[in-house]
Amino acid sequence: MTTLENREALRSIRSSFEARLRDSKKKLISLCAGSGCGAYGTAKVYDTLMEQLAEHNLENEVEVKLSGCHGFCEKGPIMVIHPEGIFYPQLKEKHIPDIVENTIKNGDLVKKLIFKDPATKKKITYEKDVPFYKLQQRVIFGNNGIIDPTRIEDYFSVGGYAALEKALFDMSPKEIIDEVKKSGLRGRGGGGFPAGRKWETCAKHHGDRYVICNADEGDPGAYMDRSLLEGNPHSVLEGMIVGAIAVGSNEGYVYVRHEYPLAVTNFSQALESARKYGLLGKNILGTGFDFDIHISRGGGAFVCGESTALMASLEGKPGRPRAKYIHTVEKGFRNNPSMLNNVETWANVPVIINKGSEWYASIGTEGSKGTKIFSLVGKVMNTGLVEVPMGTTLRTIIFDIGGGILKKKKFKAVQTGGPSGGCIPEEFLDLGVDFDELTKVGSMMGSGGMIVMDQDTCMVDVARYFIEFLQDESCGQCNPCREGLKQMLDVLTRICHGHGREGDLELLEELSDMVANASLCGLGTSAPNPVMSNIRYFREEYETHIRDKKCPAGVCKPLFFYEIDQELCTGCTLCAKRCPEEIISGEQKAPHQLEQDKCIKCGICYEACMFDAVVVK
Amino acid sequence: MENTVEIDWQKMDEIIDKYQSNREALLMIMQDISDIYNYVPPEVIPVLIQKLNVPESLIYGVATFYKTISLEPRGKYIVSVCTGTACHVRGADKIMDALEERLAIKEGQTTDDLLFTLEGVRCIGCCASGPVLNVNQETHGGLDRTSAVKTVDSYS
Ligand SMILES: Cc1cc2nc3c(=O)[nH]c(=O)nc-3n(C[C@H](O)[C@H](O)[C@H](O)COP(=O)(O)O)c2cc1C
Ligand code: FES
Repeated sequence: MTTLENREALRSIRSSFEARLRDSKKKLISLCAGSGCGAYGTAKVYDTLMEQLAEHNLENEVEVKLSGCHGFCEKGPIMVIHPEGIFYPQLKEKHIPDIVENTIKNGDLVKKLIFKDPATKKKITYEKDVPFYKLQQRVIFGNNGIIDPTRIEDYFSVGGYAALEKALFDMSPKEIIDEVKKSGLRGRGGGGFPAGRKWETCAKHHGDRYVICNADEGDPGAYMDRSLLEGNPHSVLEGMIVGAIAVGSNEGYVYVRHEYPLAVTNFSQALESARKYGLLGKNILGTGFDFDIHISRGGGAFVCGESTALMASLEGKPGRPRAKYIHTVEKGFRNNPSMLNNVETWANVPVIINKGSEWYASIGTEGSKGTKIFSLVGKVMNTGLVEVPMGTTLRTIIFDIGGGILKKKKFKAVQTGGPSGGCIPEEFLDLGVDFDELTKVGSMMGSGGMIVMDQDTCMVDVARYFIEFLQDESCGQCNPCREGLKQMLDVLTRICHGHGREGDLELLEELSDMVANASLCGLGTSAPNPVMSNIRYFREEYETHIRDKKCPAGVCKPLFFYEIDQELCTGCTLCAKRCPEEIISGEQKAPHQLEQDKCIKCGICYEACMFDAVVVK
Repeated sequence: MENTVEIDWQKMDEIIDKYQSNREALLMIMQDISDIYNYVPPEVIPVLIQKLNVPESLIYGVATFYKTISLEPRGKYIVSVCTGTACHVRGADKIMDALEERLAIKEGQTTDDLLFTLEGVRCIGCCASGPVLNVNQETHGGLDRTSAVKTVDSYS
C-alpha cells in the first residue's frame, strides 16, 4: 500500500481494481458475514468451506469473500456463487461438501439446497430472481454483497472514492453543497431535515468545524446503519470526507453504539487503510486538504442519538440533551460548528456526487428523494433489510417483498419510526412510504424500522412497551418527560393488568399532550406518538381491555385464558407433549383438555397446535 | 458479594495511554476496563481521577448514566436477551422468563457463582433473526424457550 499523491494515482489504482473485478475468470463465492448471518453460524460454514476447497485443491481457482450483509437475514447464512449468481440460503457446515463437489467442481446445482420461496413454494436458483431482491432498488446497499468490507481495494473495484476525487478536484465547496441541496437528500436518522441546508448553515459559522456521523442507531428493530458500517464502511467514510470538504472541516467523529462491536472493528479498519492510501490525514491527494476521523463508542443510552446529547457524550460527559436555542451547526461539539448526519445519509453522498443531483432526484416522491433502507422485521415471512425508492407502498414492502405474514396469520399493523413513531393499521397499506405521508397518518419515518404485527400482537401492550422503554431511557432532566412518562406507564400497565378505569384513555390523551408540548428534547416531545397513534386506530382494543377486562390478542396474561376447542382438536397430542406444566391431557385421536387453574399461559400449546384448536378466550 | 479481582495495573496504564489520558475518552476507558473485569472495580477510580484529571463526580456521573458500565461485579458470561421491538413481538419476554427460571435469578442479577449475569438489551441489530441473545459478544438467533436454555447451558 502506498500513499496516493495525486489525482492520477487514485485514478490508476481505481481502474486497475475495476479491471481486475471485470476481467476475473475465477469463480467467486460470496458468503455473508454480517451480524444476522453470523448469528446463524457463518464462521463455521466458512471454516468448512475453506477446508473443503483445500481438500479438492481448489483454493487458487476459487475466490472466497466474506462479505457484508446481503439483507435477506432471515435466510442466513447466505452464499452466492458468481458469475452465475447461484443462491444458497440457510447453510450449515454439513451442506458444504455437496456444494464444493457438485457446484464448484462440476457446475451442477445441489437441488436440496436451492431456495424455495415460502410464499409461492417455487424453487428459485438465482439471486436476481428471488422476489425479496427483485423488487428492490439497491442504490446504497447494493455493493454490500460483492465486496469484502475489510479490503479497501474491493471498494476501489466498484468505483470507490470517485466521488471524493470529483469533490476535491472538480467542484468548489459551494458547488458540492448546491449539488446536495438540489438532490433533495433529507436526513435518514429520524427528522428528515434537508441535508444540503444543514451543510450550508454549518459552513457559514466560524470556528473549528466538525463533521460527525450518528451511528447510535437507537431505534430498536432497525439495523441498517449497522449493516452499512459493517458491510460497506468506505461508502460512509467517503461521504464524510466529501462533507468535510464542503464545509471546510479537518476533524470528524463517528459515534457508534457499544452493541455494535463488528461495526467498530470494520470501520476502524477502513480508517486505517484510508490513512495508508493517504485518503485521510494530511495533504489528501496532494491538495493540501487535511482531514481525519476518530471513533467514539456510546454506552447504551438511547437519548445519546439526539444531537446535543450525542455531542455531550463525545465530550466525555453524561449524554444529557440541552435546549436548542442555538443549533449545533453553530455551537455543537466543543462549542464549535458541528455537522451531524446519520450513517445512511452519509452513504447517500457519494452516490449523489457520482451520479449527479438530477439523477438522484428522479428517484422518489415530490418531497422525499432517493431510496430508503427499511428494516423489515417482526411477524413477516421474509425479514431483512429492504431498499426501495421513497414512495413505495407498505403493501409492496410487506407483502410482495416481505412475502406476507408468518404462518398465514392476519396482518394487524406495522410500526414505523421506532419509539417516536406509531402503528399504522391495514387501511393505510396502500400508502406510499415517504417522510411526509408517514407523518400524515400519525407515525414517522424515523430511521426506517418497520415492525410488522399480526393478530397475536396486543396494541395496548405495544404502547406500554414503548412508554416503558422511553421512561427507562429518559435522561431525567426535565419534569414533563421524567414524570409524565412514568404516569403514562402506570396507566398503561394497569390497563394491561386488568385494572383499567373509565376515563383512562382521556387521561392518557391529556398526559400525552403535556409531555409532547413541554419536554426539553425530541425524546419527550415525540414519546407520546406510539400511544396517540395507537388509541387513534385501535381504540376499541383499549376499551375491551378496560371495560370487558379482555385481551383479544392473548398477550396481557391476566386478561385471557387458553381453551382447547373440542371440535377442532384432532387429538394429535402435540400440545400435551410440549406443555411444560404437563397439564394437558387426553386420549390419542380424541379432543384434549387443559387444566385452567394450573395454566401459566406460556403460549407453547398455542404456538404448537397445527389445527388452530388452542384458542384465546 | 466479595470482591476478589486482582487488578493488572500495567494493563490499566496501557488502556489510559491508548487514549492519551484524554478526559473525553473517559467512557471508552471505562468500557475497556469492563471488557477485562466485566465491571469497573472501585480501586481504579482514584487512578482515573488522577490520570485524567477529572473530578470524582464526573466518573460516577458517567458510570451511572451509561448502561454498559457497572460498578458491581458481574458474571463471567453476560447473557443479554434482546428486548428490542422486533424481538419483543416475536416473544422475547418468553425467552427472558425461561432464562430467569433456568438461572434462578431475575433480569439484572448475577448468579452466586459469578458465572452468569442476565440482562435485557434494547436491540443488538440482528432484528431479522429474532428473538436473539448475546453471551458476551457471541450472538445466537432464531431462539425459542428450549434453544435459549440450551444455548446458555452450553457455557456452563
Ligand atoms: C431521542 C432521539 C434519539 C435519536 N436517535 C438517533 C439515532 O439513533 N440515530 C440517528 O441517526 N439519529 C437519531 N436521532 C436524530 C438526531 O437527533 C439527528 O437529527 C440526526 O442524527 C441528524 O442526522 P440526519 O439529518 O442525517 O438524519 C435521534 C433523535 C432523538 C430526539
Ligand atoms: S430488536 Fe432484537 S436485535 Fe433488534
